[in-house]
Amino acid sequence: MAISMTEAAANHVRRSLEGRGKGDGIRLGVRTTGCSGLAYVLEFVDEPAGEDQVFESHGVKVIIDPKSLAYLDGTELDFVKEGLNEGFKFNNPNVRGECGCGESFNV
Amino acid sequence: MALLQIAEPGQSPQPHQRRLAVGIDLGTTNSLVAALRSGLSAPLPDAEGRVILPSAVRYHADHIDVGHAARDAAARDPLNTVLSVKRLMGRGLADVKQLGDQLPYRFVGGESHMPFIDTVQGPKSPVEVSADILKTLRLRAESTLGGELVGVVITVPAYFDDAQRQATKDAARLAGLNVLRLLNEPTAAAVAYGLDQNAEGVVAIYDLGGGTFDISILRLTGGVFEVLATGGDSALGGDDFDHAIANWIVEQADLSHDLDPGAQRELLQTACAAKEALTDADSVSVQYRDWQAQLTRAAFNALIEPMIARSLKACRRAVRDSGIELDEVEAVVMVGGSTRVPRVREAVGELFGRTPLTDIDPDQVVAIGAAIQADTLAGNKRDGGELLLLDVIPLSLGLETMGGLMEKVIPRNTTIPVARAQEFTTYKDGQSAMMIHVLQGERELISDCRSLARFELRGIPAMVAGAAKIRVTFQVDADGLLSVSAREIGSGVESSIQVKPSYGLTDGEIMRMLKDSFEHAGSDKVARQLREHQVDAERLLEAVQGALDADGERLLDAEERLAIEQQMQDLRDLMNGTDGSAIEQQTKRLSQVTDAFAARRLDSTVKAALAGRNLNEIEE
Repeated sequence: MAISMTEAAANHVRRSLEGRGKGDGIRLGVRTTGCSGLAYVLEFVDEPAGEDQVFESHGVKVIIDPKSLAYLDGTELDFVKEGLNEGFKFNNPNVRGECGCGESFNV
Repeated sequence: MALLQIAEPGQSPQPHQRRLAVGIDLGTTNSLVAALRSGLSAPLPDAEGRVILPSAVRYHADHIDVGHAARDAAARDPLNTVLSVKRLMGRGLADVKQLGDQLPYRFVGGESHMPFIDTVQGPKSPVEVSADILKTLRLRAESTLGGELVGVVITVPAYFDDAQRQATKDAARLAGLNVLRLLNEPTAAAVAYGLDQNAEGVVAIYDLGGGTFDISILRLTGGVFEVLATGGDSALGGDDFDHAIANWIVEQADLSHDLDPGAQRELLQTACAAKEALTDADSVSVQYRDWQAQLTRAAFNALIEPMIARSLKACRRAVRDSGIELDEVEAVVMVGGSTRVPRVREAVGELFGRTPLTDIDPDQVVAIGAAIQADTLAGNKRDGGELLLLDVIPLSLGLETMGGLMEKVIPRNTTIPVARAQEFTTYKDGQSAMMIHVLQGERELISDCRSLARFELRGIPAMVAGAAKIRVTFQVDADGLLSVSAREIGSGVESSIQVKPSYGLTDGEIMRMLKDSFEHAGSDKVARQLREHQVDAERLLEAVQGALDADGERLLDAEERLAIEQQMQDLRDLMNGTDGSAIEQQTKRLSQVTDAFAARRLDSTVKAALAGRNLNEIEE
């Protein structure tokens, strides 16, 4: 079971954490919502919960709860630019279908 | 797929419900748009990576340039290129005439008292020009953030009066933006440094731009910034530093003082480059044509000392106006590119006895603060831990009473939103109407205050003087805009006005602008239809040509072929024109002419497929 980040994603997370002035790492997760069943969660982490699993990628902590890990195992978080727009993208091998915008998905 | 941003713990937005909001610094010389993404507030660059958009708009007969291209063309096309339009916002024709010959534009009077700039696209109000700048920033923000904006926070100088604020809001509306709040520029700078997170204290904002200097003293109490005093000098800025160096070069190099405009520009560019180099270097080599010399930072400091002294004098005056002592100022925020000059920082630090805050880029700090505020107002911080930042009204609001006196109903520095009522009465027996004259200002005589609006309360029942009770309510919304209502309590007759500041746009003018934008929508639609017809025509031409190449010899006689080719040629001739419906018609005609050919081709294909088979095979 593993989660990873590209170097670009790690750099951006590090910069964001520095700018924010606090935070232990980044939380990846899923929630049951959205037009295709599940939606991604991407949040700063101030205090990890006891059951969280912690991975480290390019020196940045990636924190994930065990339930989400089942849906995200093998996922690589990437940071990409599309024209003027830029942001994070989940490359999740477990996904079987997603809604048009990719904000929600099912497995 | 949509690209995600990092949210605060527990606040990941629902899919499709990200509430995008940006902060806009609509400046005199330059404008910026910033947004909070992944916890960081930063300006958004354009496709070339430039964050600054020069506040310049150039009108061509059929299109509009905004930004760098417009600014660079200002010298070539001064009448159709509008610079520094912010100075004209909310101003009347009379105010603008006072600015005198500084402005190259041809002004024409509008339906209201607003000045219109006559351009090749017809008269443009300052509101429309600002809207064109805002529109450019809106498009940049929407393509960068990947969605429509819920709203914006636009910053305005603390000393902007109601008319100037209303004009700014009108411009935003015209640009299709929903204004969450107009925020004072010094307040935005304080927010960028997180000073609003402190419980209380006095903050000074020292804003030295290219051509203007502003000092604002703010007091923070319980999350509310109150403007204690503002001051400054509308003709002091970094451009004066450039001129000081340029004069020094003229003297040192013994140049003649009447240089031609080209040489002057070159001289100023040399001076500006030297100034910028001296931010990091102790000494810089200055070269102008075949003359060359060293300029030390100490010598530069001596050149600009009188200007810095002028700014410090304004600071002292503002502090005095605030009724506080210099040492009560707990933080000093530096805004504006000219605060990069080390001597400026040093002098300001000495005056206030503390190191000024300079970590955030002084050109971007206002937009960055506005973006933080916009994010909060858009509802992206749902834990409620953040106090909503409030502003105060900059000048007292009141009405005219007998003898031409101003009666203040809402004193300045009252936090908004606010509603206050006061009772007035009639002064003549049987008086049936009362004129309510709404004013803004601090002075006692109405002639020294600014007139915002007038309206009449009619139908007051006949009573002896002093018996009628007329309750006048002033209400200021979160953007600092005013509505006033008057009600005779006995009879219930009522009248009210939404303050359209005297210099704001009339409804007729706003309608005209909206109509203009609709008309543009119409021509945009026509252009798109034309393009669609052209694409259809191209597709058909290619298909027919392909068919002719494949089966033309076999299935068509010479006459038929000529007819088709004639129709194709007609369509090609039309295609480069602009008549969409003619293209559409000709496309149909070509399609009809080739119907028989298409049918024959289908037949021959089917025949070829069926040749040599028996019925049973085919039925399978």
